[in-house]
Amino acid sequence: MTISPDDMVFVELGPISLNATVVTTWMLMAVLVVTAWLVTRRLSTQAQISRWQNLLEVLVAGMRDQISAVSQQAPGRYLPFIGTLFVFILTANLLNLVPGITPPTASLSTTTALALCVFLAVPVFGIARDGVVAYLKQYLRPTPLMLPFNLIGEISRTIALAVRLYGNIMSGTVIVGILLSLVPFFFPVLMQLLGLITGVIQAYIFAILAMVYIASASAAQKADDQREQTAERQTLDTHQSEHHSDG
Amino acid sequence: MDSTTLVAVISIFTAGITIAVGAIGPALGEGRAVAQALQAIAQQPDESGTITRTLFVGLAMIESTAIYCFVVAMILIFANPFWTQLSSATGG
Repeated sequence: MTISPDDMVFVELGPISLNATVVTTWMLMAVLVVTAWLVTRRLSTQAQISRWQNLLEVLVAGMRDQISAVSQQAPGRYLPFIGTLFVFILTANLLNLVPGITPPTASLSTTTALALCVFLAVPVFGIARDGVVAYLKQYLRPTPLMLPFNLIGEISRTIALAVRLYGNIMSGTVIVGILLSLVPFFFPVLMQLLGLITGVIQAYIFAILAMVYIASASAAQKADDQREQTAERQTLDTHQSEHHSDG
Repeated sequence: MDSTTLVAVISIFTAGITIAVGAIGPALGEGRAVAQALQAIAQQPDESGTITRTLFVGLAMIESTAIYCFVVAMILIFANPFWTQLSSATGG
């Protein structure tokens, strides 16, 4: 029994081997790109829209809502990255239901690559927003003593992101595989339905966590500023009300 | 008992213990989190969107500890490095 689609090697060219993970990922990318291209080729602003356009509109509008709710910022800058992550992981997880295909997210290589994308995107978005100095300064918050812990946190959350997605999807595949040899036909189907829920939730969680990590740096700074401002305003208010009660 | 059998026995036993103990903590934690979230939704139905989103993200965080244990158990059973080393050394 193979635990990872990495072990199913199709072609071996010297050091490079073409395994099931890579092939499925490429097929998935092709399907996504072609579908998106076909749908967005003929967009209409009429009241009557095609059902595919409707699907994409719901998806994009939903992602924009979620991003702006989580980050408290305009979603436009983050939508391409977060949206791509969500759509890719969602469709990859749903491949669980297609017979003969192991989802690419059931391989630790794929999820590590995705987590590394998030790991790199955090400083890229942070520096683009606040500049290098302001971004690096947030590692010294709340005190410079916290620097090693901030660095450890940065690395451990990347590992957690990769292992969480991998573990959830791999567990679904492996458990269905084990159950098929014990109680075939009915019970594995129920576990696959559970895998459907898990897949959608994990895709959502991966995208939301990526957004939280990206937004947290600038959000922390903004929250500090706001707290100072409200504190000043409150002291002003109390002074004024004291004056009023005196007069 | 030769060393190969010993590795097999300890691996299987540890895999079971790992997932058993590793499931207890997250189960208690998730139960508490869901109970609190339901209470919060009952008190403030208007905020259910925010509460649900935060709940899901928190549940994923809690659940990942159980997932780590599961991954370790799976490695012990299906991809045990010591087992592979021993079986290749004895030529079996």
